[in-house]
Amino acid sequence: MPSNKSVSDAPITQFINCRILRDNELQREDLWVREGRILDPEKLFFDEQGYADKRVDCEGSIIAPGFIDVQINGGYGIDFSQASEDVSDGVSFVAKKILEHGVTSFCPTLVTSPPEVYHKVLPQVKVHDGGPHGAGVLGFHLEGPFISAEKKGAHPEKYLRTFKSGGLEHLMEVYGSLDDVAIVTLAPELPGSQSVVRELSQRGITVSLGHSAADLSQAEEAVQQGASFITHLFNAMLPFHHRDPGIVGLLTSDGIPAGRAVYYGMIADGIHTNPAALRIAHRAHPSGLVLVTDAITAMGLPPGRHTLGQQVIEIQGLHAYVAGTKTLSGSIATMDMCVRHFKQASGCSVQEALEAASLHPAQLLGISPKKGKLDYGSDADLVLLDEGLHVKATYISGEEVWRKGQ
Amino acid sequence: MRLVILDDYDLASEWAAKYIRNRIVQFKPSADRFFTLGLPTGSTPYGCYQKLIEYYRHGDISFKYVKTFNMDEYVGLPRAHPESYHSYMWNNFFKHIDIDPANAHILDGNAQNLEEECQAYEQKIAEAGGIELFVGGIGPDGHIAFNEPGSSLVSRTRVKTLAKDTIVANARFFGNDLFKVPTMALTVGVGTVMDAKEVMILITGAHKAFALYKAIEEGVNHMWTVSAFQQHPRTIFVCDEDATLELRVKTVKYFKGLMHVHNKLVDPVLSIKDQ
Repeated sequence: MPSNKSVSDAPITQFINCRILRDNELQREDLWVREGRILDPEKLFFDEQGYADKRVDCEGSIIAPGFIDVQINGGYGIDFSQASEDVSDGVSFVAKKILEHGVTSFCPTLVTSPPEVYHKVLPQVKVHDGGPHGAGVLGFHLEGPFISAEKKGAHPEKYLRTFKSGGLEHLMEVYGSLDDVAIVTLAPELPGSQSVVRELSQRGITVSLGHSAADLSQAEEAVQQGASFITHLFNAMLPFHHRDPGIVGLLTSDGIPAGRAVYYGMIADGIHTNPAALRIAHRAHPSGLVLVTDAITAMGLPPGRHTLGQQVIEIQGLHAYVAGTKTLSGSIATMDMCVRHFKQASGCSVQEALEAASLHPAQLLGISPKKGKLDYGSDADLVLLDEGLHVKATYISGEEVWRKGQ
Repeated sequence: MRLVILDDYDLASEWAAKYIRNRIVQFKPSADRFFTLGLPTGSTPYGCYQKLIEYYRHGDISFKYVKTFNMDEYVGLPRAHPESYHSYMWNNFFKHIDIDPANAHILDGNAQNLEEECQAYEQKIAEAGGIELFVGGIGPDGHIAFNEPGSSLVSRTRVKTLAKDTIVANARFFGNDLFKVPTMALTVGVGTVMDAKEVMILITGAHKAFALYKAIEEGVNHMWTVSAFQQHPRTIFVCDEDATLELRVKTVKYFKGLMHVHNKLVDPVLSIKDQ
């Protein structure tokens, strides 16, 4: 039956036999899409006397907003921090592959690098919408170089920097441009950080605290200046101490300005964070938990040895070791694996697990409800999942961009 | 009249739904000949709508060639408000079935000119060839649709101010705040419903018992507007035991004794699959 075309000529798709994540619960409702956005079927019925042109039978699947990965360093052999000529191709390659994990938007992440790398890489990738070609790019996540030497983790020490006077101008010299940057991770205990945090926040860039030895009051000060995220909680920061909880203390801090929220990234691969620690964080501040993969180049590659740049990596199950050692070289869990593991380890509901990978990152980046929700008017970036939260199909702007088995 | 008495709410809802189903299937509606159905809202018909949706899902009926006309709608309540009758009909019926949106008519309580809206509605009913079966309910004050006590028994579709009883009864849908309940509504008239070929009134629950008594055991009276249907050639009252609590034992016994006759109307239950 064709729809009455009083408002728009565009075809209308109705997803039936599904449970949708809406209003913080799984509802047995049909999902209607037109022109890449979720449509209000009641308005369609009464205002336009319209109905669906096409019905998609979801066979009982769960429909969640597409997953959003705000920290991913590469995958499938691609390393975003490599200063190559074809970074754009590399990002596109990964963008296409991660559709299989239900990721519809992401922030390609660059670890601490020299200015030449930023100057070469940043201009090659612009913020752009996703589609059949791959997940959408929301902007870069620049993790470093303004981080603590003490908490550098695997970042190369020689490229670490401190803030010079002139705050943001100095940042611009190092990075080259902030036009397509969504997130900057920095260590707030570095002198001069306050004005940088403030100026970045005012520019609409999300400031994250990470790779830092800051104490709680330094962290709170940064939040007051605009910081709103914690990069991979627990990793590369001072451990929780009962007299100075450090950055971890932000989860329950009373020093957060009213109306503001602090979000925190968790790598829920079962390896980087002990499940008990994951549960403590989740129970302390459930609405701030943002699942990230922090995936490295080796993600998506089959088990065995792989030479990646200067390193030889060995993949065994979900572990990626520096070959011949038991040193972890990064995470290779995919986003859907993280969602499943998070649910199982925390005992949370399906709805909470899905929100940690969709709603919360969208709220963090200030792009909700356009992304991260299935409200009327939201972008129709969807992931269809089975009962066990395995991805069956992925949609961007209402168009199927990946289906299992095809 | 036919007074059909079932043991409980669920059985009454099912009987009513089966009756509507049989009427539609028997009518064999088509593109040239629509089945026109008048519809109510509220908690009473909810179970009946659930059953009709079930029959549609099993492929036993279709609403493709059915035109519906709802009885009423609040004035001034935004159409998207969860308590508007548009919302009720969408959520509890229309979104689950295959009715063409162009054939689902509900009065617009936000129309620029309410009188014109009412007249246009009467016109639409006339153009549709009149109502084949009008399904309604009864208020605790004996009203049909929003034809409050004192409404003319030959009234047509118009604006009505709601009686205190009605506002109190509806407050539960507005957070029990009397001030949040709309005070006016557009409603089909008693005369409008009397024009239908057949009328089916659903009445369940002890709180409706006194109204049912007034409607069928006392005289035709504009204070209990459902009583007007004593003068309609084809009216069915479908109720549960509790709704009969204020009736005379003799009345209840007589009609219960007729159930084997009434049940022929719903047994066998027909399906479009057999056509």
